Amino acid sequence: MRKLYTFHGGVHPDTCKAQSNGRPIAKAKLPSKLVIPLRQHVGHGARVVVEVGEHVKKGQIIGQAEGHVSSSVHASTSGTIAAIDMQPVAHPSGLPELCVTLIPDGLDEWVTLEPLEDWRGIPHSDLRHRLRNAGVVGLGGAVFPSDMKLYAHKHKIRTLVLNGAECEPYITCDDLLMRERAEEILMGAELMRELLHADEVLIGIEDNKPEAIAAMQNAASKHSSMEAIAVPTIYPGGGAKQLIRVLTGIEVAAGVRSTDLGVQCFNVGTAYSAWRAIRFGEPLISRIVTVTGNVASPQNFEALIGTPIAELIAEAGQLPGTTGIIMGGPMMGVLLPSDKAGVIKATNCLIAASDALFPPPKPVLPCIRCTRCAEVCPAELQPQDLYWFARAKNLAKAEDYHLFDCIECGACSYVCPSNIPLVQYYRFAKSEIWAQQAGQKAADAARERHEFRESRLEREKREKAEKLAAKEKAAAKGASPPVTDKQNAEPVDEMQRKIQAAIDQAKAQAATVKPRNTEQLTPQQMAEIAEIEARRARIREIAQASTDAQPRE
Amino acid sequence: MFSALLAMGAIAITLGAVLGFAAIRFRVEGNPLVDKIDAVLPQTQCGQCGYPGCKPYATAIAEGTADINLCPPGGEEGIHKLADLLGTEFKPFGGSTVPKPKSVALIDESTCIGCTLCIQACPVDAIVGAAKQMHTVIAAECTGCELCVPPCPVDCISMVPIMETTSNWKWKYPVYAMTPSTPS
Repeated sequence: MRKLYTFHGGVHPDTCKAQSNGRPIAKAKLPSKLVIPLRQHVGHGARVVVEVGEHVKKGQIIGQAEGHVSSSVHASTSGTIAAIDMQPVAHPSGLPELCVTLIPDGLDEWVTLEPLEDWRGIPHSDLRHRLRNAGVVGLGGAVFPSDMKLYAHKHKIRTLVLNGAECEPYITCDDLLMRERAEEILMGAELMRELLHADEVLIGIEDNKPEAIAAMQNAASKHSSMEAIAVPTIYPGGGAKQLIRVLTGIEVAAGVRSTDLGVQCFNVGTAYSAWRAIRFGEPLISRIVTVTGNVASPQNFEALIGTPIAELIAEAGQLPGTTGIIMGGPMMGVLLPSDKAGVIKATNCLIAASDALFPPPKPVLPCIRCTRCAEVCPAELQPQDLYWFARAKNLAKAEDYHLFDCIECGACSYVCPSNIPLVQYYRFAKSEIWAQQAGQKAADAARERHEFRESRLEREKREKAEKLAAKEKAAAKGASPPVTDKQNAEPVDEMQRKIQAAIDQAKAQAATVKPRNTEQLTPQQMAEIAEIEARRARIREIAQASTDAQPRE
Repeated sequence: MFSALLAMGAIAITLGAVLGFAAIRFRVEGNPLVDKIDAVLPQTQCGQCGYPGCKPYATAIAEGTADINLCPPGGEEGIHKLADLLGTEFKPFGGSTVPKPKSVALIDESTCIGCTLCIQACPVDAIVGAAKQMHTVIAAECTGCELCVPPCPVDCISMVPIMETTSNWKWKYPVYAMTPSTPS
């Protein structure tokens, strides 16, 4: 029996998992339309590569990964692109993002896939490239592009932790996935282990999922150096840092990455998707979504990415009295402003909320500094102080108290006897600090650009002056002295200087080039000139006379 | 008595020499306060304060010739920061100075005649283009200073407020009703 460790704090909310884990994973019906956001992951959004009206096949890339941290987005089924525009997405803000709307043709026809019988001979960079192109991202909630995490790190990775803890109440998608597809998850784990050059794979599953543990242990017995371990059920035991602590005893300190300590962590769903992507060439176009709460038959669906949330909820039979849809669990999830948005890669659970399940929040009372929040905080923070600073908008102080180590698990709010929405305060403070940091970064960049511009203008001015001086020097050398007195008069500005330079140059040229036809003339030519001069004088006289006669007014 | 005087004198000379050396060796060029103030200013280089850029304004504040409430792009928050830094009282914006929503310049590219006047006006080189070629604003580098707007002879530059997106969206400050106090 492996020695397990414990982390600080934690709570035991009612798990509410039995409602949805009794039914097998059902394939969701083909929806009437799919709304697929181009940015479902951390980092840069994908660049759209299809046009409105274009017919696409299932699995065809519609958004190409672009930039360092990015992942591709695919057509979830075959059909026609109806629109590429801004649509509300599954995000707590309800703000629109660029989405591709796909009307399915019902044929569900795959694009030609590139399966890999044996991935072992393939260079790791190619495998990572395949993962990126297949749009494989972390399905545990962070949606970080997986290829970015799967390389041999500076520090040797000893342990790959596969996270099947699923500590949040209501959610059962990983549970069902482990029960039904354990073999494939472990194939994916093997692939990940190879990419990371890790020694062992530890799969952590909370002990309230005996079927999943049995399935995973059975599958793990066929692999060397893999172990499925039952961990105590305590919220938030499925947090990456917490699970790493429980399984390996390693404490991931503030500001340190687990990879620096030789541990990398992935969700079981990510391992499954990575395996499908490499072995069968199937991009990430569907995921398991738990639909539960105020519905007739709570269960897990394998839903296409982009399926409108309302249609998926309807499939489970939405009951009257639903007040809203929560994406994620009741502890960390967010209330969605709209159920029109499509399922995204981060959608692990949809809970139809009702007043019976989630009574309206009780009135908030002042903080009595009972420190129960500090007792349950898994990050060993002082939530009561953080609350105080966030409330007073004293952001620098909140940061000093390690606000950014907060994982927003909600354990503090759960136990708060004064019903204070603590996590809301932390989220507010975090996003405020991020905005400030972004502003500071922009200001620094602007300062740098401005200073560069100033120095460039200075340099250009100097270079011009130098050029001019050199020209004048050359002119003075080649020509006679006539213009020196004018040169001494300082030209006032750039324009005058330019004009002066042009005049000087013309004069210098005139001085050097002597008209050749005024010397050594024949008497005949002299006579001609005299005649011309006489004619000019006569014309001048006539002109003078006429202007005198008719003075212009 | 005499030796004591000698010893004190020697110590005084040595320490004086050390201080003198340090004053020359570790001399700080310019006023470090100017840089500190400059770091707080938003670097829009817009000149709305009446100075030709953020650094000149910072210098003026450091010299005590300018007020701290002249920078609209910095907002009230900026005034708070300056007040904290300088140990003075917060001063609200006076009269006509009102902070505007942060925006970026947008060139209507079909109207642009390629005169380069806006390029010359931009304090952060955020406009690209050449004579008789269409110009465009690099939105990511634009500070929203509006200095390019007046020189444009065809009025093709407009200021577009930065929209809230999912990437710059912020969680709102929690607002809820406090409990009505129970009468005792």
